[in-house]
Amino acid sequence: MNVFLDFEKPVAELEGKIKELRHVAHGGALNIGDEVARLEARVEQVLRQTYAKLTPWQKMQVARHPDRPHFLDYVGHLLTDFTPLSGDRSYGDDAALLGGIGRFRGRSVVVIGHEKGKGTDGRVKHNFGMAHPEGYRKAIRLMEMADQFGLPVLTFVDTPGAYPGVGAEERGQAEAIARSIETCLGLDVPLIATIVGEGGSGGAIALATGDRVLMFEHAVYSVISPEGCASILWRNPAKARDAADALKLTAMDLMELKVIDVVVSEPLGGAHRHPDRAIELLGNAIDEVLSDVLAESVETRRQRRRDKYLAIGRLT
Amino acid sequence: MNWLTNFVRPKIGSLVRKRESRENLWTKCPSCGQIIFHRDLAKNQSVCPNCDHHLRIGPNDRFANLFDDGAHERIALPEVPTDPLRFRDTKRYADRLKENRSKTGDDEAVIVAHGNIVGQPAVIAAQNFAFMAGSMGLAAGEALITAAREAVDRNAALIVIAAAGGARMQEGILSLMQMPRTVVAVDMVREARLPYVVVLTDPTTGGVTASYAMLGDIAIAEPGALIGFAGPRVIEDTIREQLPEGFQRAEYLLAHGMIDMVVHRHKLRETLGRILSLLMKRTTTDNIPRAATS
Ligand SMILES: [Zn+2]
Repeated sequence: MNVFLDFEKPVAELEGKIKELRHVAHGGALNIGDEVARLEARVEQVLRQTYAKLTPWQKMQVARHPDRPHFLDYVGHLLTDFTPLSGDRSYGDDAALLGGIGRFRGRSVVVIGHEKGKGTDGRVKHNFGMAHPEGYRKAIRLMEMADQFGLPVLTFVDTPGAYPGVGAEERGQAEAIARSIETCLGLDVPLIATIVGEGGSGGAIALATGDRVLMFEHAVYSVISPEGCASILWRNPAKARDAADALKLTAMDLMELKVIDVVVSEPLGGAHRHPDRAIELLGNAIDEVLSDVLAESVETRRQRRRDKYLAIGRLT
Repeated sequence: MNWLTNFVRPKIGSLVRKRESRENLWTKCPSCGQIIFHRDLAKNQSVCPNCDHHLRIGPNDRFANLFDDGAHERIALPEVPTDPLRFRDTKRYADRLKENRSKTGDDEAVIVAHGNIVGQPAVIAAQNFAFMAGSMGLAAGEALITAAREAVDRNAALIVIAAAGGARMQEGILSLMQMPRTVVAVDMVREARLPYVVVLTDPTTGGVTASYAMLGDIAIAEPGALIGFAGPRVIEDTIREQLPEGFQRAEYLLAHGMIDMVVHRHKLRETLGRILSLLMKRTTTDNIPRAATS
């Protein structure tokens, strides 16, 4: 069963009609080919129109779409010999932030990312992609291992934010995120980060401080969720749409602000409509930038990574 | 710039301004409710004489308390883009900035100065909670980067007095980018093998805690300071439970191994001086000025 977003209703209706026609035709010898083709063309047209001018708030919905590919989909499709690794070696394992080693287009790599989970049980199991300190400490451990073995790091960012809870505070959520950023910055090996869905604040930047930051066309990346921003600055959570506009959280905005390096196109109708195709497109984009970053010397790479962040937002 | 023009004059100015309005002569302790005469409060470094509550203070008071004889030189900070997103909520960000500038007399939330602490050369970056909750945007990030460079150039320690609600939302993603940027600053000081000491004061939360504020070689907190990643209200809303007593306070962080020590404001200068002299392997024999007020 497909999940349609509010603004995708016209598409849902058209596709409903197509289904109905097919069902009717199945019973008889009715020739529906022309009508189906016409409706399918219409679907494509509507999708093209809708997705060409999504508002920031609509992108927020797309980025959070339950059928959008998640970390395990990316590693499942893009890696061979994927070997998940667990634990921070001091407290526990975090199901909201996963990682491991595998082969990406022939190269050994370390992968790390937030996993939001699928279905109600999956989402609860993975805590909706909201990591605890042990998740970030696992990420730090894996990044250090990547440096030890000279393996590039690929990160996949998809989180509403780091988990705000008593245990998380007790175990040093802030320190874990700060160390994770510091580890990203100090790596000898390349770090290619992709904002694949929701790039939620500190929980996102902890994995997204990279040599190159890619972002899916309909992903969002922000210092605070529009809902959170609306309740703090507008004192009214219903102003989330206004906040989404004001925060400049779309890939296009972030490209303009030089916060990200590459916008990765999604298939028509968003990654949730054609997950396999979306994953493939991302794989190609990662492959391309990874080759560039691998060509740099270690010293140049580290210095450039730092300089890139120092340059953000500066008057030129 | 010298400390006379930059420290003494504004201070006299603010005293004069305070005298103009009667109620400013008295401050109510937010903890015990005691009404304290401003001179008694100032003499006590803004610690309540009745209950020992540490009231929030700004950069000027910090510099006066921590530098030897209060002598310091402010470090000029680079200009940054104003209101890069042209942000507007119920008010224009540009207007909020103006209001906070006239309220505090400073351009931004982080002020940087250098001087000596018990004879040890130090650069202090002090965050002003009174300026838009001390929030970290482009200016704060640039201030910390400048402070780090200055410390390296002067072969001095970097002391950060943290006080902030977190990132400056009105600068959107650019405020988030201050997290990696300030971590680069910390690393510059680390690589020069100079001490980086953080003093966490009330309150320090959000992206500030999750970047430079939690990366000190030594982490000190003032008594009772609220320190955390998520604010207590956000946590309560998430877990729908009342938070334990003392949660996210300095003493709680100490008990959980997150900081090295909780230090009373009266002992802060002396403690910093000792730490710097030990880490920098310097004696404190030359230029030992008066002891801290107590
Ligand atoms: Zn009191």
